[in-house]
Amino acid sequence: MRAGDGTGSVAAIELRGVTKRFVNPAGHAFTALRDLDLTVAPGEFCAIVGPTGCGKSTTLALISGLEPPSRGEVRVLGHPVHGVERSAGYMFQRDAIFPWKNVLDNVAVGPRFRGVGRSDAESRAREWVVRVGLAGFERYYPHQLSGGMRKRVALAQTLINGPRVLLMDEPFSALDVQTRLLMENELLDLWSTTGASVAFVTHDLEEAIALSDRVVVITAGPGTVKGEYRVDIPRPRSIAEVRFEPRFVELYEEIWKDLRDEVLVSYERTKHSVAS
Amino acid sequence: MGGLERASGDQDAVRARAHARRRLLVFALRIGLGVFILASWEALTSLRCEGKDTATCVIDPFFFGKPSGIWAQLVTWARNGTAQGPLWEQIVVTLEETVLGFLIGVALGIVFGVVLGRSRMLSDVLGPYIKALNAMPRVVLGSIFTIALGLEMPSKVALAVVLVFFVVFFNAFQGVREVDRDLVANARILGADERRLFTDVVLPSALSWIIASLHTSLGFALVGAIVGEYLGARQGIGLMIATAQGSFNSNGVYAAMLILAVIAILAEALVTRLESVLIRWRPNAITDVTI
Ligand SMILES: Nc1ncnc2c1ncn2[C@@H]1O[C@H](COP(=O)(O)OP(=O)(O)OP(=O)(O)O)[C@@H](O)[C@H]1O
Ligand SMILES: [Mg+2]
Repeated sequence: MRAGDGTGSVAAIELRGVTKRFVNPAGHAFTALRDLDLTVAPGEFCAIVGPTGCGKSTTLALISGLEPPSRGEVRVLGHPVHGVERSAGYMFQRDAIFPWKNVLDNVAVGPRFRGVGRSDAESRAREWVVRVGLAGFERYYPHQLSGGMRKRVALAQTLINGPRVLLMDEPFSALDVQTRLLMENELLDLWSTTGASVAFVTHDLEEAIALSDRVVVITAGPGTVKGEYRVDIPRPRSIAEVRFEPRFVELYEEIWKDLRDEVLVSYERTKHSVAS
Repeated sequence: MGGLERASGDQDAVRARAHARRRLLVFALRIGLGVFILASWEALTSLRCEGKDTATCVIDPFFFGKPSGIWAQLVTWARNGTAQGPLWEQIVVTLEETVLGFLIGVALGIVFGVVLGRSRMLSDVLGPYIKALNAMPRVVLGSIFTIALGLEMPSKVALAVVLVFFVVFFNAFQGVREVDRDLVANARILGADERRLFTDVVLPSALSWIIASLHTSLGFALVGAIVGEYLGARQGIGLMIATAQGSFNSNGVYAAMLILAVIAILAEALVTRLESVLIRWRPNAITDVTI
């Protein structure tokens, strides 16, 4: 029902023939992405996996409008992206909550930036703080929180704006296994009530399959789509248990074959550049 | 369970006691060191003195002063006033110059630092000049200010401003430049326009750098005021030092230094308080940028 089966409707995220070049510190042009095509249907949870440095973060930056593509087209909810995309929420790979704001102010900052009054924004923030399980920590500053708690703050900060498109860049990779399982379950719960479309970057294939409707494998840089796999495991899923389902294991083996080749390519390259 | 807790509680108590003992020891040693230095100073400048000829003492108190003499000088100043008026008036004058110079210098430093930090063009154009000005030993400007602005307060304030300005300027500039790119990106995504980006991200992030510079700048403000007074003034602690020097009164110089030290310590405590109020969110301080 949820996964992008509405063929007639407009895609939530659409990248067509996107190439992204950077000028690296040495002054040379460096191609991070080449001819990337990617579509995420409305309400779909799409996981993106690929070896390190293949351009996953870059892809999200393009969708969010923080970076323009060098070639090709990026569309969100049907319209071309020009400048920062207002309907997008973005959880960054690194901690990006504001260290000088306490938990409540950090969560309230999105509505405040978008012109909501202080008391309105604060009461909405209070609800979100409770929803991500941080009740009682409203007045804490980020440095007084654990890594997992900071991720919760970031999650609330992102979701409070009600993004139609949710971009997440390895949001849980720095967490321990137990916290991570909890957060993944919570994410699925929160997501199922919002109906947002998600592009979820991870290098953990298990996480990708457990969470998503579809897994996209990106090649070693310059990144382009190597394969796409529909995850036909019914929802609601329990993240802890889904890993033992036969279908999950099957999918894992299938996707891993694709991914492993790319990881090896990327690894060989790093070894070479270190050796030379 | 209970036993375990008691045991760890006992250990905590033992640790706390050891800690308290150590603090007491440090305190006692500190006092002891001070007393030892003062006593040896007093003794060496009093020992084997023959009559009025101070040169015969182990250490000549004419050059090196004498704790009892310094104390006597302080008492005299407090009771009878200094050559240029009551002691408290000298202190107030110097404080006024310091605080004014500090405030103006900090304000200018922040404004210029933030503006140049935000504008590539301006900083590229003005950069070399600022570096050149900074490389110059700015204390010599004191002479210019004394000539141009006279013996009253403005010349001292001007020198303090110049000294403070550069410290704050470089910190503010660096602070604006060092804003975390991820934080900026996050604020943009969350909906910040340029104005909110500045007030909610750039400024708070630069603030910790600016505040780190306040310790040094307050010291510099005091130096500016004192040197300014020393170069020419009608009132102030700097003038007291100059006067004492002119009459070969080494006890007077040390006594004035003592007053300055007390002022500096109090000011430092004030800035530390200000710091902890302004940046509660930070676990530990950024160290100052040295120039
Ligand atoms: N601003 C930039 N300037 C220059 N090169 C960049 C820039 N951003 C990314 N790159 C380069 O583009 C490539 C892809 O980077 P990206 O961050 O998208 O990788 P990634 O797939 O997210 O990797 P990881 O899994 O390690 O996070 C890298 O080689 C990186 O060096
Ligand atoms: Mg990345």
